[in-house]
Amino acid sequence: MLTKTNKVFRHKHLLELQSLSKEEIELILETAKPFKNVFMRSIKKLPTLRGKSVVLLFYEPSTRTRTSFELAAKRLSADTVNIAVQVSSVQKGESLIDTAKTLESMKADFIVIRHSYSGAPHLLAKNVSSSIINAGDGFHEHPTQGLLDIFTIKEKKGKIEGLKVIIVGDILHSRVARSNLWGLTKLGAKVVLCGPPTLIPQDIDKIYPQIDIEYNLDKAIKNADVINILRVQFERQLEHLFPSVREYSLLYGMNKERLKNAKRDVLILHPGPMNRGIEITTDVADSLNSVINEQVTNGIAVRMAVLYLLSLANLNK
Amino acid sequence: MKLLIKNGILIEPSKNIEEKLDLLIENGKIVKITDKINLKNVETIDAKNCVVSAGLIDIHTHLREPGNEEKETIASGTKAAACGGITSVFCMPNTNPPIDDQASVEFVMLKAKSEGVVNVFPVGAVTKNRQGEELTEIGELKKAGVVAISDDGEPISSSKIMRRALEYSKMFNLPVISHCEDKSLSKGGVMNEGRVSALLGLRGIPKEAEEIMVIRDIILASLTGGRLHLTHLSTKKSIEFVKQAKEQKLNVTCDVTPHHMFLTEDYLGKYPYDTNFKMNPPLRTEEDVEALIDAVKDDIVDCIASDHAPHTVEEKNKEFDLAPFGIIGLETLLTLCITFLYHKHKIPLSKILTKLTNNPAKIFSLSNKGKIELEYDADIVIFDPNEEYVLKNFVSKSSNSPFIGWKLKGKVKYTICNGKVVFKG
Repeated sequence: MLTKTNKVFRHKHLLELQSLSKEEIELILETAKPFKNVFMRSIKKLPTLRGKSVVLLFYEPSTRTRTSFELAAKRLSADTVNIAVQVSSVQKGESLIDTAKTLESMKADFIVIRHSYSGAPHLLAKNVSSSIINAGDGFHEHPTQGLLDIFTIKEKKGKIEGLKVIIVGDILHSRVARSNLWGLTKLGAKVVLCGPPTLIPQDIDKIYPQIDIEYNLDKAIKNADVINILRVQFERQLEHLFPSVREYSLLYGMNKERLKNAKRDVLILHPGPMNRGIEITTDVADSLNSVINEQVTNGIAVRMAVLYLLSLANLNK
Repeated sequence: MKLLIKNGILIEPSKNIEEKLDLLIENGKIVKITDKINLKNVETIDAKNCVVSAGLIDIHTHLREPGNEEKETIASGTKAAACGGITSVFCMPNTNPPIDDQASVEFVMLKAKSEGVVNVFPVGAVTKNRQGEELTEIGELKKAGVVAISDDGEPISSSKIMRRALEYSKMFNLPVISHCEDKSLSKGGVMNEGRVSALLGLRGIPKEAEEIMVIRDIILASLTGGRLHLTHLSTKKSIEFVKQAKEQKLNVTCDVTPHHMFLTEDYLGKYPYDTNFKMNPPLRTEEDVEALIDAVKDDIVDCIASDHAPHTVEEKNKEFDLAPFGIIGLETLLTLCITFLYHKHKIPLSKILTKLTNNPAKIFSLSNKGKIELEYDADIVIFDPNEEYVLKNFVSKSSNSPFIGWKLKGKVKYTICNGKVVFKG
């Protein structure tokens, strides 16, 4: 069932979507499909990664990503270990590299890392022999989130190419936005970034030439097929990036009234956790347009696909 | 003690000399420069195929002593300098404790005398503890031996303090070296703001953080008539502002570093999160690089300096945000200039050497240094401008260089300081 395809995934690590080709992204999405069927069954387990160990090294709080990776690994029969950074040697001042080398010495096959600094997974990939999966690094990328967003869109819309996708909010500090941008543009979507100028990085249109920037949300959502709403972080207010959460919510909050200007079948995505009533109102989050819960379900399938393809790639080496 | 240097091409830019001349050194001084000197039983260096120049003066280095001897010491830093053809280094005051009083200056001078291989000229702090609030006893610092004052790395944010520093130091003829950075704009930034920072998700430092302070300092130099030296300029606009200041005959000089001339932020796109490309000011863009090199050609740039900033492997092999700014540069200053400015951009050696010898000595009033002239100190470098080598090891205690593994042209053969051979390559 799983090895029908002749295509091979040649990467040892999953650090970012930037360095994946269109075909590789499509391969992950294709591989995720049958995995989704597996865990829709009552017995949700495959023996694929039996005897492999997956260490979850999360330097930032996380509910869905950590649990999602853990379930994905367990459903492939891998052993999983959670490092609680708060009670680990990190508190004694152990460096990231030393922590990772310790895990490497314990023969961890995979290290799934979430870190508040951009590039932390790259640092591990350079310094240890385990396979590194980026579960979100600083403002850089969150590749599995990007993949699960795209998987969800494709499942609902049947395609990616030609779709108009709006990403709303704090693009500057968003790893979700960057992974979405790479994935979506590689697959041929038209992406519009929407947010206040202070939260849209300088020169971002030089990286992704085919994107548009629109400061006005009402204009942006016209004709949109998908609206991906980012979480607003309250601490940005202290950096003078916007004057108040209230004004942010007035300008960029997604509510039923606003949604009337969009297509009737527009999809609403949100990577979570949501600030209900701020960037998204409850009636929108729980509406028929919303696929927020499906994103969570699909996250496991996509992460199973990633673990599986990486283990094959490592086997081939 | 006599030392004879024969058969080399002697370059002395201040006198337009670039010809085959022999040189005799006696008791640490240059005593004879003529066509052919033939002496028996005198130690002789054959400088065939080599350039003979005054030793380099690097006006911006961090020797880290006292306080951070794990990164560099006066002994190791001056050895690295000798290896790079440098015979005089200015050491910045961001040590621990900082060089902000007479006793600290004397400590550095004493250490340099007993352990240093080349001449060390301390730069004193402008403000106490480099806090930007209270002026140091600048007169006392001068008496103890500083050649300039600077709060390098901790730019003086108060325009009033900067004004007073420029005004007060005038009577001692001490230049104020300014590291131009508006910290309110650069705070949290770790690389140039732009395409690559957006790509890597790293906080950016806009060029304007530098340019705003360049223009402020120039305006204050105009107000006070003080001696302003702008260090490690990195942007096209900064250069334009200096050009305008010079046209107005203001007392403003500047330097640039090899890394800002020969590297751009694109290296971080190519080698993501490699902390050997993390420095302050950050690597900029192609248009800035071009402007800097043009400014060398057009003599808007007065000096070329290394901004040698050693850090240990443990400190540098870290998350990009957590690693300190800076790269080492003493051992590559000359050879990078030869490789790129001379070979690639065809800038004459004499023009390059002016900015490494004559100009620093003149701007900072170093007596008997920076020239090959009779009765001057015998600080000499002999190098082969055409010899190629691959950069591998360093004499410095640290090895945080982005140029490791690069093929470079121009190899130092001998460095002579006060008449003594201090390096032989």
